[in-house]
Amino acid sequence: MYLGFGTWDFGFLRGIFVTKIATRDAYGDALVSLGKKRNDVVVLDADLSGSTKTGKFAKAFPERFFNIGIVEQDMIGTAAGLAVGGKLPFASTFAVFATGRAWEQVRQSVCYPNLNVKIVASHAGITVGEDGGSHQSVEDIAVMRVLPHMTVIVPADGPETLQAIEAVAEHKGPCYVRVGRNKVPTLFGEEYTFKIGKAHVFHEGKDAVIIAAGIMVAEALKARDLLKAEGVDAGVINMSTIKPLDTVAVVAAAKRCGAIVTAEEHSIIGGLGGAVAETLAESAPVPMVRIGVKDTFGTSGDQDGLLKHYGLSAQDIAAAVKEVIKKKKF
Amino acid sequence: MAVTEEQLKALKEKARRIRIDILKMLTECGSGHTGGSLSAADIATALYFYKMKYDPKRPDWKERDNFILSKGHAAPLLYTVLAHAGFIEQAELCTLRKLGSRLQGHPDSKYLPGVEISTGSLGQGLSVANGIALAHKLDKAPNRVYALLGDGELQEGQVWEAAMTAAHYKLDNLCAFVDNNGLQIDGPVAKVMGVEPITDKWRAFGWEVLDIDGHDLAMITAALDKAETVKGKPTMIVCRTVKGKGSKVFEGKVEFHGATPSKEELAIAMKELSEETVCK
Repeated sequence: MYLGFGTWDFGFLRGIFVTKIATRDAYGDALVSLGKKRNDVVVLDADLSGSTKTGKFAKAFPERFFNIGIVEQDMIGTAAGLAVGGKLPFASTFAVFATGRAWEQVRQSVCYPNLNVKIVASHAGITVGEDGGSHQSVEDIAVMRVLPHMTVIVPADGPETLQAIEAVAEHKGPCYVRVGRNKVPTLFGEEYTFKIGKAHVFHEGKDAVIIAAGIMVAEALKARDLLKAEGVDAGVINMSTIKPLDTVAVVAAAKRCGAIVTAEEHSIIGGLGGAVAETLAESAPVPMVRIGVKDTFGTSGDQDGLLKHYGLSAQDIAAAVKEVIKKKKF
Repeated sequence: MAVTEEQLKALKEKARRIRIDILKMLTECGSGHTGGSLSAADIATALYFYKMKYDPKRPDWKERDNFILSKGHAAPLLYTVLAHAGFIEQAELCTLRKLGSRLQGHPDSKYLPGVEISTGSLGQGLSVANGIALAHKLDKAPNRVYALLGDGELQEGQVWEAAMTAAHYKLDNLCAFVDNNGLQIDGPVAKVMGVEPITDKWRAFGWEVLDIDGHDLAMITAALDKAETVKGKPTMIVCRTVKGKGSKVFEGKVEFHGATPSKEELAIAMKELSEETVCK
């Protein structure tokens, strides 16, 4: 359903009066507020507390903060032990290390025993930028999503990150939350309520639907505005929970518009695009195009340059929408 | 408070019964790790029947001490000890490794009360023990945490990460064991990938280190008493052990790392275990 002129106006205004906050900053703030409410919250980091923003918690609650050093595997195991000991541990480092270096610890010591450990990893995706491909995690969603018991969340902005951290604290079981380094436009107001496993439909759309996560949600909204000018009505869904996926929202979008584009700052293999493709193939086969990093590693560069280089810009999403519409049979 | 002669006698008898039950269980099941279960039997006996606080009726009792079997393949030992301690029925032991059993090939805390955390992938248990010890420190609780590692397991890098963490946070409520039986699947540890000098390594990592005969229950209990008096650092008790301890059929034989006895081998072992006590 096309929501009318007002929605477009709102998108336009958002471009001008935009506030921006990095999701990692929101994470740091969320930890502090959580720490005030709950004594059982403990935080671990692997020598990156200034970057992941767990340093904010460390400052507020030094006795409940453990800097384990450059020791990711032991950090995850220690977090598991703290959970066994009745604490609510949040373990943080860069996404590439939390999910790569320590994957087997996450599997064996957290997911297999189904422990209440929260892994919140920052500097995810290619927009880490200048550090280059060694530090750009484009596989983390895939390798976390495949683990039984694991919940995977990729918040789109600061306010959603705040709510997501509160939600995972209430959720019993392993959770992976992916946050980013750079400031992103704030998309959600106070009226928004985040719920694990529930997609947020920004625009229902008529011709195709863009299902996006993380920083790509803002790009998807820009793409919608670009397409609107060309008379194309593209829906936009924020799929912040990658697992459990809101399959009802995916199927509804496919049935409504008959074409889907996914957009993520991650490999097109195994992440949001993979999850949506699995659902579509089984429940509502429609043409689909995946926007993401195309089975390659990252490289050094600035955020905007990299998004363009890897085909993740609003223009790329808009082009993908037009491409997928052509594939429609009706 | 030292162990009494009477306690020692009872502990030796307990260890003997535990070895018998491990072997019966493994023979019945036809799958599982014999050598490493037998080598650590005296250590586990001293922990569960001399030192640790627990309540089998309340496995999640707040005041319990915690035990992490980092060398998770010694699951038959843990299950037998849990049966003797009253966490599970003796009859359940014969379900080992069968479909639907709580007694998984490696310990699984999702199914079996009394297992603090699932283990089996080597090198991960000490980190978990550290985390539990940190939780007790935060709670200013007197609970103690125990972990049992294999000597081959020391080849895993994460063990040494955890060694640093435990010393850094002065986890004197943590006491770990190395079951130093000298053998791993592919052969002698010294030949596959040497880990000696084990005691010097732990000392260099800032631990209190004791080096004992891991089949001498007087020494094990004394070491456990000593560990409680150590302040400001964790304790590692390196136990010289014999893989497959309890019967000549298995002792020092690498092929019994992951193999189980035949009925004939069991009969020989039962005879040996009934005729003499296995501990000095």
